[in-house]
Amino acid sequence: MIAMLKRQLKTWTLWELFQGLAITGKYLFKSKITVLYPEEKTPMSPRFRGKHALRRYANGEERCIACKLCEAVCPANAITIESEAREDGSRRTTVYDIDLFKCIYCGFCEEACPVDAIVETRVFEYAFEPGDIHVMSKTMLLEHGDKMEAQIAADRAADAKYR
Amino acid sequence: MFDSLQLYLAQWLPSAVASVLVILVQAAIVIVPLLLAVAYLTYAERKVIGYMQVRLGPNRVGPGGWLQPIADAVKLLMKEVIIPSQSNVYLFLIAPVLAIAPAIAVWAVVPFDDGMVVADINAGLLYILAISSIGIYGVVVAGWASNSKYAFLGALRSSAQKVSYEIAMGFALVTVIMTAGSMNLTDIVLGQQGGMLSWYWIPLLPMFVVYFIAGVAETNRAPFDVAEGESEIVAGFHVDYSGMTFAVFFLAEYAMMILISFLTAIMFLGGWLSPFEGIPGLETVFSFIPGLAWLSLKVAFLLFVFLWFRATFPRYRYDQIMRLGWKIFIPLTILWVFVVGVMAYLKVAPWFVHGGIA
Repeated sequence: MIAMLKRQLKTWTLWELFQGLAITGKYLFKSKITVLYPEEKTPMSPRFRGKHALRRYANGEERCIACKLCEAVCPANAITIESEAREDGSRRTTVYDIDLFKCIYCGFCEEACPVDAIVETRVFEYAFEPGDIHVMSKTMLLEHGDKMEAQIAADRAADAKYR
Repeated sequence: MFDSLQLYLAQWLPSAVASVLVILVQAAIVIVPLLLAVAYLTYAERKVIGYMQVRLGPNRVGPGGWLQPIADAVKLLMKEVIIPSQSNVYLFLIAPVLAIAPAIAVWAVVPFDDGMVVADINAGLLYILAISSIGIYGVVVAGWASNSKYAFLGALRSSAQKVSYEIAMGFALVTVIMTAGSMNLTDIVLGQQGGMLSWYWIPLLPMFVVYFIAGVAETNRAPFDVAEGESEIVAGFHVDYSGMTFAVFFLAEYAMMILISFLTAIMFLGGWLSPFEGIPGLETVFSFIPGLAWLSLKVAFLLFVFLWFRATFPRYRYDQIMRLGWKIFIPLTILWVFVVGVMAYLKVAPWFVHGGIA
């Protein structure tokens, strides 16, 4: 009887509805979690997989030895490599293309590379319009690597102990 | 003020033309702020719901997102109006008009302050009930003319819901009329003079709640928005509307929201009366605030409650809506008509001493 009265009282005073309103009312004043993207950015892992780059050694020699492991492992067939012997007899790539439309940013190329030549950088804010060049050539990759080298090296160092 | 304007105009123009001009000016004075209020209500809605969901809401267009409604309006104006090939073109185009016309016409009798009303007619409340019911035609015609099952289902749901809740609403209004002894909205407000405690929300508390909830249902707002039900019937009756025709439906819905808030404030919360009336000290301190400001404050709060509801409650199932309307609200309101009758007979102070039916 008392339980029934209690229930009826709860129903007719709209108690539970007011409880619900109190919760949303509280949330109205909570600090907001929105990240104002272009001005603010979320923290990023050193393992972030963004736009690709080809690295060089400190003496300026390019790392890639045209072993084609990345080309073989690439699940999307985004990488195209052609190689030839250079004048000094070492094997080097003549063509190293990554089709960014095909690439799924899985990072397998980076994992497969025995000399840490191909890497993925933190750069992710890029887009293509119709007609833009979406295949990164070797020169573009090297250029991007030269520009980002400090960041790339720091990220590899930060992640080294987990590898 | 408008009388002198009319006399001034009548010096050159035929008096009929002069009075039409004056009416147009009065209409513009009411409608333009109304449309602005609608625009910024959409902004407030997105902000409030965003804040309740721990987001920021629109903040990109203009400082703090203040120009967002303008951008939205421009977008809707520029968009193509698509007329479905299988639709009834005339009905399809006339439906938004049928929706917006009553939503604007009702404002003729709404008093914004003592004497600040376009048409101070004695059957004001009846006029509002009659005109706002016509708004259903817009919805039904839109659902029919679109020749789409979703639109038709939405229109059916919407009309059934509005008809059901209009009865409870009407009975709630009957109690107000019994208490005030008048159907004139200005008289209803003046009957509530004497501070917060003599407003009608105390003797009519259940009716206040019922009226507001029925108002939420009438305007097809969450949690009673089965007529739109985006998870079931996409958008309901206006699923085939685009561009400006859609904007007009949108405008009508929000104008009705504002109207319901105005009516609730006028009938239960003392309209433009100051809440500090009769309290020595505070009354004089706040006496400089115009009645319009108090009314706007009350309306703003009620509109906030509309948005608060939307951010809080999940949508009712259709049978639950019908159950609430027919099995709870209607008996409750009829019961309260008797309670008010008894209170009026006993002349319960301070609400039933002046006016009233007894």
